Amino acid sequence: MINNRDSQGMSVIVKTITRLTIGLILLYGVYILLHGHITPGGGFAGGVIIALSFIHIMLAFGKNVALEKLNQTWSKIFESTGALLFITIAFLGFFGGVFFNNFLDKGEHFELFSAGTILLSNIAIFLKVGAGLFLLFVALVLFKIGGRK
Amino acid sequence: MLELYIVLILMIIGAIIAVETKSILSSIVALGKVGLGLTIAFLILKAPDLAIVQLVVEILTLIILIRATLGRDVKYTKENQNWGVKFLSIILIIIFLIFSYNVLQSLPEFGNPILKVADYYIENGMKETGAANLVTSVILDFRAFDTLGEATVLFTAILGALAVLRKNGIKDKDTKENKGVQGD
Repeated sequence: MINNRDSQGMSVIVKTITRLTIGLILLYGVYILLHGHITPGGGFAGGVIIALSFIHIMLAFGKNVALEKLNQTWSKIFESTGALLFITIAFLGFFGGVFFNNFLDKGEHFELFSAGTILLSNIAIFLKVGAGLFLLFVALVLFKIGGRK
Repeated sequence: MLELYIVLILMIIGAIIAVETKSILSSIVALGKVGLGLTIAFLILKAPDLAIVQLVVEILTLIILIRATLGRDVKYTKENQNWGVKFLSIILIIIFLIFSYNVLQSLPEFGNPILKVADYYIENGMKETGAANLVTSVILDFRAFDTLGEATVLFTAILGALAVLRKNGIKDKDTKENKGVQGD
């Protein structure tokens, strides 16, 4: 859980509401991500929503609490893992003959585990986009123009 | 179609306010209104995938823009335009509108595209990929190469931004030349 030992961040009202809503936002992002091949959504939208939930923590509780949850090193690792996973899925398509071939079993329609590599590609894009946008926000917030002290 | 035109007119009004207002914060709020109008326009045109992406990216952009401008005294520069420049730009806008009206007349009717490539995807997309969402089956199966290019662009952009905004490696001298860029 998020504890409130720091006096950083916004007021008590904002912190309380954030504690209530943050799990729902994260869960909605995971839903959008995993059901990308059945309902509207996908890896990009789910990644941005999950990145927004971490940004929400950072805006309400200050940067220290958010960076404890997901620090910059792990964000960089996640982003690179996403990119490598996506290109690996693309190269694994050579098992079926061509680049980006959907070589896995297609499965039943409207099931969660169906559509072959599309679910895996969605997860790869989610890792890349979510970690990358969170990292970008951290870099832009921590960056300050000197000379104004 | 009437509600689409109402949304478009509101978006144009928001864009004009964003350009013309004095305060930079209200300019950003008006810009957010333009993005929200675009989300509703996507929903009216029955594109929920695009609407979700547009909404969340708009929220993220707005947070970053407000975070970047709040507390920083960004100077508002008032341009001194003379009447000749204004007159010339109005004439150019009128010429552009006449040409674009003629071009838009020759476009095919809304919902009846000339290209018939998409018919194949609509008929066989679900059978061949197993994905019920046709948009995902196009961007991650039929046109996955485009998605790879898009992912590369995003990766390179974030890499470039982190390289420019990094803390480590930037020299922290107290000379007047190096006072501009400094980490926290």
